[in-house]
Amino acid sequence: MAQHDSTYKPGSRLEHWMDERLPIMRMMHGQFVDFPTPRNLNYLWTFGGILSFCLAVQIVTGIVLAMHYIPTADMAFDSVERIRRDVNYGWLIRNVHAVGASMFFFAVYIHIARGLYYGSYKAPREVLWILGVLLFLLMMATGFLGYTLPWGQMSFWGVTVITNLFSSLDAIVPGLGTKIVTWLWGGFSVSSVTLNRFFSLHYLLPFVIAGVVVLHIWALHVVGQNNPTGLDIKTKADSVPMAPYAVMKDLFGLGVFVLLFAWFVFFAPDYLGHADNYVPANPLVTPPHIVPEWYFLPFYAILRAIPSKLGGVVAMFSAIVVLVFIPWLDTSRVRSARYRPLYKWFLWFFFFSVLALGYLGGKPAEGVYVAWAQFFTAYYFAFFLLIMPIVGVMETPSAMPRSIAESVLGGSGQPAGATSAPEKR
Amino acid sequence: MTPESSAILSSDTAEGTTRRDFLIVSASVFAAIGGAAAMWPLLDSMNPAADTVALSTTEVDLAPIALGQRITVIWRGKPVFVVHRTPEQIETAEKDNNASLPDPATDQSRVERPAWLIIIGICTHLGCIPQGQSPTGARGDYGGWFCSCHGSQYDISGRIRRGPAPRNLEVPPYKFQTDTRVLIG
Repeated sequence: MAQHDSTYKPGSRLEHWMDERLPIMRMMHGQFVDFPTPRNLNYLWTFGGILSFCLAVQIVTGIVLAMHYIPTADMAFDSVERIRRDVNYGWLIRNVHAVGASMFFFAVYIHIARGLYYGSYKAPREVLWILGVLLFLLMMATGFLGYTLPWGQMSFWGVTVITNLFSSLDAIVPGLGTKIVTWLWGGFSVSSVTLNRFFSLHYLLPFVIAGVVVLHIWALHVVGQNNPTGLDIKTKADSVPMAPYAVMKDLFGLGVFVLLFAWFVFFAPDYLGHADNYVPANPLVTPPHIVPEWYFLPFYAILRAIPSKLGGVVAMFSAIVVLVFIPWLDTSRVRSARYRPLYKWFLWFFFFSVLALGYLGGKPAEGVYVAWAQFFTAYYFAFFLLIMPIVGVMETPSAMPRSIAESVLGGSGQPAGATSAPEKR
Repeated sequence: MTPESSAILSSDTAEGTTRRDFLIVSASVFAAIGGAAAMWPLLDSMNPAADTVALSTTEVDLAPIALGQRITVIWRGKPVFVVHRTPEQIETAEKDNNASLPDPATDQSRVERPAWLIIIGICTHLGCIPQGQSPTGARGDYGGWFCSCHGSQYDISGRIRRGPAPRNLEVPPYKFQTDTRVLIG
């Protein structure tokens, strides 16, 4: 798909001169202007662009915030309050950055769900998918590190709990886990030293993400975009040039997304956070009920569902690592769940399970909440390890259109009236 | 091609072209203005913050400053030289009103009360702090201040007399609240 003939025509003499030395305009034109885009992409395909926007917003606001933020235990909390009160537009920049983290995760979860539903992880997009899982992990690390920086009670105890996950390795090699935790902390407790290194890494990782995003987009443009039918682009009629069609659609989707983003920034900037993080960190008192940010809740629920320290940690990390293997766990030759009548229901129940785990992760780890968390955790893993391989083999896919064009235009491949529908075979 | 779609195409090429051009241009302009406006908070955040601006006045108690003594206070993070000038120094400064000055100014125009010279202690050349506040520091040939960075010499009115500095040492805004208390800023 990517190996199309670029229609780039250098206009001026300068463009000719440049084209013979560094054909970056030719590359950009070929990849982002006349790149063949499936003509049936829906709005779920606008989230790639939205995520790029989120990354740019986080980096730009983050660079400015770092000019005002002081990464020491004594000053961190106060410097964030100073940003919100005294720095010109600091309230706005901090709100955009804090809400931006939530919007980033909101968008990435839709992006991942889109990939799962339409089988975007299947051949030949395995590397694209695995790079995406890596990006998700990097985002989680960055989000976690960033949440520590305001140095409120949730920041402090979040760091304490999450870094202590590594102490579970003591169950394998006695002393190893403790050694690692001490190394992470740079001391014998979470301290200013820890905060300072977390700030350093929080500044670094977004640029690592940006680098992997380039690889992610590169891999995408080698194999081409998936689409709601899961069919490959076979003829010219199946695709439209990226500009203006996909670009305009992306911009419109981005506009709607930004409205939601702005609503949170201006009307509910603290809604997605936790009130306890406005209490300065106190190493001597743990809040009675500590929770991570909402976007970590499903994984937090999995951690707590397993009644063993090491087991919980292993389950939590496995819940993400398992995603790397789904290109091979899913045995169906049909990409899009649209044509998989049985699998579709298991997948919807999987989405429901993740939401349910998110809800349970925010509840106290006791009584019926734990039992339900265990049930949904079991389904989470069963979905990938049992349902994906087995249903893929036993299910009969439903009738599919012969081409992308046919799915849009009807049987003849010609423009048709509003009443036309994909041909049933 | 159906009648509807061909109708759309023909309207695109006829009067529809101008309509589309208008939409594209107006949307692009709107987006460009919005993007530029979004940059402003980021840039303005680098200006002095409210708490920094709030530090913009400094009160100085003049009572303990002996005749002939020079002290340095901080106003907006900058050193301000407060000098209790002797009658001889005032006389010298006023006599030099007619000397050849790179940046002509009378001594009277640089003080509110002749006994008290209040100037910003930053060389107008490239921002070093001139010597001369301590009794042992170099004061140059004119008895004022000597900037050891590039050799600018100031007199006891803070006027540049020799060296690369283009202007006299700046006089900050200040007012006497009482005879022994001055508010700088």
